[in-house]
Amino acid sequence: MIRVVLPTHLRTLAKVGGEVKLEIEGRATQRSVLNALEAQYPMLKGAIRDHVTQQRRPFLRFFACEQDLSHEPPDTPLPDEVASGKEPLLIIGAIAGG
Amino acid sequence: MSKVRVLVGTRKGAFILTSDGKREKWEISGPFFAGWEMYHLKGSPVNPNRIYASQSSGWFGQQMQRSNDGGQTWEPVGNKFVYDGVPGTHQWYDGTPHPWEFKRVWHLEPSLTDPDTVYAGIEDAALFESKDGGNTWQELAGLRGHGSGPKWQPGAGGMCLHTIILDPRNTGRIYIAISAAGAFRSDDCGKTWRPINRGLHSQYIPDPTAEVGHCVHHVAMHKSRPDVLFMQKHWDVMRSDDAGENWREVNGNLPTDTGAPDGRRGFGFVIDVHAHQPETIYVVPIKSDSEHFPPEGKLRVYRSRTGGNEWEALTKGLPQSDCYVNVLRDAMAVDSLDKCGVYFGTTGGQVYASADAGDTWAPIVRDLPAVLSVEVQTLS
Repeated sequence: MIRVVLPTHLRTLAKVGGEVKLEIEGRATQRSVLNALEAQYPMLKGAIRDHVTQQRRPFLRFFACEQDLSHEPPDTPLPDEVASGKEPLLIIGAIAGG
Repeated sequence: MSKVRVLVGTRKGAFILTSDGKREKWEISGPFFAGWEMYHLKGSPVNPNRIYASQSSGWFGQQMQRSNDGGQTWEPVGNKFVYDGVPGTHQWYDGTPHPWEFKRVWHLEPSLTDPDTVYAGIEDAALFESKDGGNTWQELAGLRGHGSGPKWQPGAGGMCLHTIILDPRNTGRIYIAISAAGAFRSDDCGKTWRPINRGLHSQYIPDPTAEVGHCVHHVAMHKSRPDVLFMQKHWDVMRSDDAGENWREVNGNLPTDTGAPDGRRGFGFVIDVHAHQPETIYVVPIKSDSEHFPPEGKLRVYRSRTGGNEWEALTKGLPQSDCYVNVLRDAMAVDSLDKCGVYFGTTGGQVYASADAGDTWAPIVRDLPAVLSVEVQTLS
């Protein structure tokens, strides 16, 4: 079981209150987690990564275990603590005013 | 008893303002989609409780929402806008080629006959169509592909397709306008297109009368006379009596204090037509393309009862000193009651209404986020 923390606006969009919990088949990677997230919450398609290129949207970052994973290749395994559910994968919106 | 529903899109959410036909007491609901930029909301003329909304964010991209109960509840629908084929390039601000990139939906235009069909005008400029209530979107690629697309370039607000007008008499005819490419017309349901900019003069492009490159801000039409179009262009108010084949300037006695280098009158963004008098039109002059606020700090709607050239300032109830808001291109609309109601929203968060065709004005609400769009539904 993978735990994912979404930014406020995406929690509202997906109509979820707290962390999202996902079951992943196979190795937990950014791609497999986002695939599972979008399968469970289709309204998030296009909101985290581009529909076509599958690139992370530029104002979003992926953090876990006090590390910035944003620039890791999408098929790199996530840390064991994330794969085991001990730590969440944090999807963070860039901080900005306005 | 008739009822009026005003759909307001703002920089930080959507609001719905409702009143009975007297238009004296208003109920305000919202914010819907709080924190998101709501570029446009518009209801189906066939089923007014079917409303489409464009929800956008610099962080999370484009979302599309649909309501089937007049805006009380919403459901997300399809947000996948993919250009047809290889997108190619348009011109960047400096004239160099720049790839077409989807950014957001500026304008939604529901079909006049089918509540499940809706058109979307997007940035970078293209026209999309959905025939399944917004679940899936297909580009009407003949617009970008007709030939002049590589010459289009963005205006300051982006290269947006902001105006879509469906001809109520000729079901195949669609008008659109793009900043800063110009106006275009299709006579075959969007399959093929051609520019309709003859008569437009733009001193900020190398050839001021070029086929494309004109910064058209908005176009309006009265449904009883679909061949007559009124345009608010970058500096001028224009009119066409032949479905856009030819345009002529109708600035007339609009205020001169608009900062135009050659003394032109008539800079502004919005333009609309009275619901029952097709020669009565409304604009809000704005001072110059570098200041974007009302001349002399006076918020004035100008009304022409002669289809242009002869204008009167409408000021009663509007601030006449120290007012420095803007009125954006999709932020004016009319209802179809008698007398015609006129509505507009400002970047200062006010939504003003007139229940007497512009003679007097009062704010419905004063302190919303910056208003991006205003649409009105007249309900029976």
